[in-house]
Amino acid sequence: MTQQATRPAGTSTSHRLPVQSGEVIDRSSTLDFTWNGAPHVAHPGDTIVSALAAAGVRVFSRSFKYHRPRGLLTASFHDPGCSLQVDDEPNVRAAHRLVEEGIKVSSQNTWPSLRFDVKAANQVVGRFLAPGFYYKTFIRPQRLWPAYEKILARFAHAGTTSPNTAEGYYDKRYAHPDVLVVGGGPAGLGAALSAARDGARVMLVEEERHLGGHLRWGSVEEQATAAELLTRVASSPTIEVLTNSVVLGRYDENWFGVVQRGLPGIPERLIKARAKTAVVAAGLMERPYVFDGNDLPGVMLSTAARRLINLYAVRPGQRAVVLTANAAGDAAADDLRRIGVEVAAVVDPRQGADVVRAHGRRGVLSAVDLTDGRTIEADLLVTAVGWTAMTSLLNMAGNRPIYVPEAARFVPDRTTMPDDVLVTGGLVGDGSVAQILAHAEAVGAEAARRAARRRNAQVAATTTSAKSSSELAQSAGPPETDTPELSPAPHPELFRAGTHGMVDFSEDVSSKDLISAVREGYDSAELAKRYTTVTMGPVQGKLELVNAVAVIAEATGATIAQTGSTTWRPMYAPVTLGALAGRIFEPVRYSPMQPWHERNGAVPMVAGQWIRPDRYGDPAHEVRAVRENVGIIDVTPIGKLDLRGPDVAKLLNQLYINKWSKLDVGKVRYGVMCAEDGVVMDDGVTGRLSQDHYLMSTTSSGAANVWEWVENWLQTEHPEWQVHVTPVTTAYASINVAGPRSRELIARMTQGVDLSAEAFPYMQVRTGRIAGVEDCILWRIGFTGELSYELHIPAGYGLHVWERLLEYGQDLGVRAFGVEAQRILRLEKGHLIIGQDTDGLTRAYSAGLGWAVKLDKADFAGKPELVWQSAEPGGMRLVGVQPVDGTIVPPEASQIVARGAGKVLDIVGRITSSRLSPTLGRSICLAQLDASLAEAGTVLTVRLPDGRDVAATVTEHLAHLDPSGERQQLVTIAPDPVPDAVRRPENPRSPISPEGIASAELTSGAAVAGSVLITDVSGLSKFGIRAAPDGVLADELGTDFGRITKAADGSLTVGSGPGEWVVLAEPDVAADVLTRLESVASTSGAHASVVDLTHGRALLRLTGPRCADLLAKVCGIDFSDDLTPDGSALRTSVAKLVTDIVRDDQEGVPSYLLHCERSSGTYLFEALVDAGAEFGVESVR
Amino acid sequence: MIQLPCPWCGPRNVSEFRYTGEGGSRPDPETTTPHEWRRYLYMHRNPLGWTKENWYHGSGCRRFFSLERHTDTHEIRMPDPHVEEASTSENAGESSMSQEAVEPR
Repeated sequence: MTQQATRPAGTSTSHRLPVQSGEVIDRSSTLDFTWNGAPHVAHPGDTIVSALAAAGVRVFSRSFKYHRPRGLLTASFHDPGCSLQVDDEPNVRAAHRLVEEGIKVSSQNTWPSLRFDVKAANQVVGRFLAPGFYYKTFIRPQRLWPAYEKILARFAHAGTTSPNTAEGYYDKRYAHPDVLVVGGGPAGLGAALSAARDGARVMLVEEERHLGGHLRWGSVEEQATAAELLTRVASSPTIEVLTNSVVLGRYDENWFGVVQRGLPGIPERLIKARAKTAVVAAGLMERPYVFDGNDLPGVMLSTAARRLINLYAVRPGQRAVVLTANAAGDAAADDLRRIGVEVAAVVDPRQGADVVRAHGRRGVLSAVDLTDGRTIEADLLVTAVGWTAMTSLLNMAGNRPIYVPEAARFVPDRTTMPDDVLVTGGLVGDGSVAQILAHAEAVGAEAARRAARRRNAQVAATTTSAKSSSELAQSAGPPETDTPELSPAPHPELFRAGTHGMVDFSEDVSSKDLISAVREGYDSAELAKRYTTVTMGPVQGKLELVNAVAVIAEATGATIAQTGSTTWRPMYAPVTLGALAGRIFEPVRYSPMQPWHERNGAVPMVAGQWIRPDRYGDPAHEVRAVRENVGIIDVTPIGKLDLRGPDVAKLLNQLYINKWSKLDVGKVRYGVMCAEDGVVMDDGVTGRLSQDHYLMSTTSSGAANVWEWVENWLQTEHPEWQVHVTPVTTAYASINVAGPRSRELIARMTQGVDLSAEAFPYMQVRTGRIAGVEDCILWRIGFTGELSYELHIPAGYGLHVWERLLEYGQDLGVRAFGVEAQRILRLEKGHLIIGQDTDGLTRAYSAGLGWAVKLDKADFAGKPELVWQSAEPGGMRLVGVQPVDGTIVPPEASQIVARGAGKVLDIVGRITSSRLSPTLGRSICLAQLDASLAEAGTVLTVRLPDGRDVAATVTEHLAHLDPSGERQQLVTIAPDPVPDAVRRPENPRSPISPEGIASAELTSGAAVAGSVLITDVSGLSKFGIRAAPDGVLADELGTDFGRITKAADGSLTVGSGPGEWVVLAEPDVAADVLTRLESVASTSGAHASVVDLTHGRALLRLTGPRCADLLAKVCGIDFSDDLTPDGSALRTSVAKLVTDIVRDDQEGVPSYLLHCERSSGTYLFEALVDAGAEFGVESVR
Repeated sequence: MIQLPCPWCGPRNVSEFRYTGEGGSRPDPETTTPHEWRRYLYMHRNPLGWTKENWYHGSGCRRFFSLERHTDTHEIRMPDPHVEEASTSENAGESSMSQEAVEPR
């Protein structure tokens, strides 16, 4: 027998029993697999451990610290001795994982083999491995720690991961059950059935692969009861059953993490469930007994023996001793006798009997000493000495369990249960199956009642819902339910026999260790836990916590109730990093010119969410093209805000540190924003397009912040100002055309704008037609220091204009340049970049922006701090710096140092930007420098990261090139444009697939049966309207926030925000719709604005019966019919992207329109297609 | 994850919102002292109990709004619009309105 323990058992199934009534294996076929290299067979339904046990394998692993042989203990997911390596995957819970054809299973934590484990020598020196051994031994000398660490790491309890492991597709989704039932035993089933009967949508989560709990390995009658409950659950369409899934934790407001395992093609899926109420029916887990030899293979719990026999038809041993103090143990003895195991002794502590110790031979159980003096030869010792209530989820809900000595277990404190968490089953008490079911059904009904109350409150508070409060009041649901009494049955307190044994099987902590920890002063459960690591292993206290508490209580002389339990925290069960990280949403943004960049070898750089061309070739060549001829750069990410209203100038004066009252129509101005602490926040130019219409630009990275900042001032400090802000960053493709020949180039394709130097001077704005595209905006500004124009083109035509610029400028030497060349160009010109040449402490005067601060303005953001800064000399200053040796480029963030008093080396500044200038042929820098050293000509010491010091000189100007700005005033003769020289393409390009043309149809006829169809409908016209939420215009539009209406011309008006509407129309009626909207706006008398967003938004339609399922994978909103019925409109986060969702069912089939910022359209489309793969989603683009 | 009762949209996950600070009014920039201004910028009461908070529903309606939250229990109530500065003392809990009772708009 003992030879079988470790010798390959071949294909033997010597321990397989005849057919058992509750077995879960399929004997009609077999699967082949290997165990430590030897071939084995299993039946479908076998776990790895049950298949090996059927072949007589008894030792599965070596323990963590002492490398003791370990076998089956619980025969469940939580079996501490059954973590195995399966192919490339370490730490597989092999008493839960099913055998699959061809898998290679091996033991871990053994070397060189399971049988001859060198590290088992730890057992011999075990008395030196007392608690705290590692802390005490390896702490000194500290310099040796790296050496210690290497050796200790070899002893770690883990398998091996392979870097070549194939990638897995992990998944996520949201869920909004009315009632979440945790545990699929009889109590969970009863609660789920009654909750569903009372109208609740139920999610039932069971850790094992089958529902039924302990009934599955119980009597024939119990198995029949389970089967009947399962039939009823299967025929309840409102119960979603998740087996092989586990509730990981409960967080604020009933937010649950659930991991669903073993889906086809998906190893694990994380479900984030917001439950109205939860019923915790997690049940009881059997507790091991502490005695000498209690971890020998062959000692197992009664539930383990009964699982092996009844579920897997495996004989757990040949000759057994049964230690039983309860009915489960008695039943195990009966089961053993029934299958022909010789029960050599039944030891009943209820009659005063007990075991003393277990003996092993060759690492497995051989005999048991009893208190009556007998020693009984046995290869199986079954223990049934009590239960631990799985109260962890209740702990996470703030409930602290209380100890009931008469029942020898902790139970939930039912007086402090939160309203949204209910509890039933073994957690509450014991009883017949009928009594448990009666309690569970009452609790399920009460959970449904409370869920309905919460749901009605949510519907009443949700803008998209069409129901009124009075309608909801009538559907208040059933009355409060009386719950029958259920209390824990009496049970003797049995934790430790007269001898010492293992308490924590995962961490190898014995009762002796705990007692010595208490003697050393770690005399509370929380302290002893951290000192000995008891309950801190993979089982996390489920098996060993109560025994640990009992031993600590014994050592301190306190009661168990006084000692108390440690706190259960999430996660309840181990969760893979894949499940937590899986299918991460990382929105990316592309400009309309992205296809050209990709075709022309652009090296991409990631700038926030944007993917931008860093360079196409050598940046130095790109710089020379700009300085000598003309270059074009894609600057679409520059933030752009459309500002409309009579009070825009007031707003600009409030936001910027400089003055804006006298900006004439047609002019642009550079502005700097500071936060209220005076720290430079953002900069950009703002132009006045007409009397009450401005276009503001921001830095690319600051676009979102500035928009929120503007809204903050308008909504909270100055709600009386009449200004509407619309972000139009990606409504326009932005192209900077820079270089001495830029005027000549754009003149070849621009109509309606006099480009001559006199008619269109520096810092002015014009609108006109470029390459046949109407409504383009031209700014004459210059970040590069050259004569340059920034063109803002309606985005759908951006690629067209970009390609025409390159085509029409070929003879002028035009070339595209990337962000790196732009950074060199602006550094040559000495223009600062916020966030690069400033940091989170740099106030305006330190950024060289003192010239812009106008302290005589009444109020502006950050004014008080700037007033005080202006009065203080000193601080840091932004300066230009050139190394004396022009071949050295000090890396950015190099420190500038100076000898202070007493020869101490002080840091007096740092290099913020540095490049080799292709134009000047030397290195150039910007630096933040102490004001006392900022005078031109000062020689500085720059310390390079490699420790070398180099000399550098402060320059007179920030600009290393053309400080007087002559280059951007360059007067060239612009040729007359040829009328209609360039025509624009008929249709704008789609934001989703820029090489294609999007659909422009508002209704969708094609609904896919059983699935979802995603259509790119970005070709539709889109208009944004802003007005008072309760004014004349709102009445005229007749569309409430959160709802949609349809007009006679087929256009759809969406109440997309408070005082905010979006109108969607097919292009052939768009002009009429716009005229109608503008006339409504102008005649309303109130402040109202209409902005064409056609180019600025990407628009998708999802149609099909599984739309809501698809959205649940990317969006946390509950898309049920009562909360978001047909005609709903809302804005939320979809795949981490702010997205407008409109429910617009098509001929009774669920259908949703989704729109987002244009630049994110491709991302949103691809995220939906990816998430919809499991539904066989179809897409058209 | 807690939910916030957006006065416009209804209850939404807090991840849709951005906290924009404790309630408090901006001192007059013409007359403020460095001490007062920096108290306004940096010093927060951070009480255990009821506190008034400003939030921005950035992923939703994009409105700024104020609410009162109990920092221990996460209980949330909307400030009384008729009281300029809502009481933030512990005792103010008596007039507490449960989150479910908050009506839209």
